[in-house]
Amino acid sequence: MRLITHNMLSCNIKGVTNGFPLRIEAGNVIKKEVDFNPDFIRHMFAKLEWKALVEGARSMGYAELPEDSPDAAVLESDESFLKKLHHALLELHLEEGALVCPETGRKFPVNKGIPNMLLHEDEV
Amino acid sequence: MKLKQLEGLLGDLEQFSNPIVELEQYPTGPHIASRMLFTAENSYGDITDKIVADFGCGCGTLSVAAALLDAASVIGFDIDPQSLETATLNAEELEVEIDFVQCDITKLELKGQIVDTVVMNPPFGTRKKGADMEFLSAAMKVASHAVYSLHKTSTREHIKRAALRDFNAKSAEVLCELRYDLPKLYKFHKRKEVDIAVDLWRFEPKHN
Repeated sequence: MRLITHNMLSCNIKGVTNGFPLRIEAGNVIKKEVDFNPDFIRHMFAKLEWKALVEGARSMGYAELPEDSPDAAVLESDESFLKKLHHALLELHLEEGALVCPETGRKFPVNKGIPNMLLHEDEV
Repeated sequence: MKLKQLEGLLGDLEQFSNPIVELEQYPTGPHIASRMLFTAENSYGDITDKIVADFGCGCGTLSVAAALLDAASVIGFDIDPQSLETATLNAEELEVEIDFVQCDITKLELKGQIVDTVVMNPPFGTRKKGADMEFLSAAMKVASHAVYSLHKTSTREHIKRAALRDFNAKSAEVLCELRYDLPKLYKFHKRKEVDIAVDLWRFEPKHN
């Protein structure tokens, strides 16, 4: 699971109102390079939940992203920032670990890169 | 990538080893899958450099097709862990990056408007009544630009009405009618092969 996917996942237990973002417990993280597409990264920036991304990246061992969401101007001028964003979003893979609901503490296990978001009977 | 090349690559994918009839697990053949994704990209620009979600991805045929057509990111969702394992192998085999998520699509909560396009070959609702509508409803909530989906031609009017009236569709168009050839997968199948008329739909959600 990469952070681009984590950025949209939320706890779906019935009654939970604050199920986002899921906290990451990183067991095993691997890095895989993919081609850098600056236009795509610029385009993505506006759609991201920034805090969730920064915290998620930190949990996976990458602390290079600024705490606060930068100005749009930075996107145009600063390629090194775009590369950091690219790395965080697309090149870090959580292979083993868990995603934890911020409200209930419920852990959704991640095995072989796949988060299991299936609910138990009493959670639907 | 040319259509024939795409179709060829998809034809080599591993499919369900022990299909579960209750989930209506049928492989999406390379003929349909390649045409579906090729049309989505060539006629509408909905795949390349886009974030694509595959609902009910099964062994990942549509996901792999999207990745081969250079989607920026592909996420496959399915309820069955065995299929997801096969899908992972397929992605590795073709050297494409796809994130897979195990979940019940009807209980999915996705935040924000990250997903551009949803592609899917959903259950037709022959085992669990209304499954096709549940998938369509879920897809329309998630996609910010377009949903591509296959549904039985016999349900055409019903789908159109539901999409426009209940699922927030700005438009609902049948792009073409295809023959879906189902091989004899399950014990209760009497004929060696059966041909079902299916519509390839494109839905556009209204923007908020």
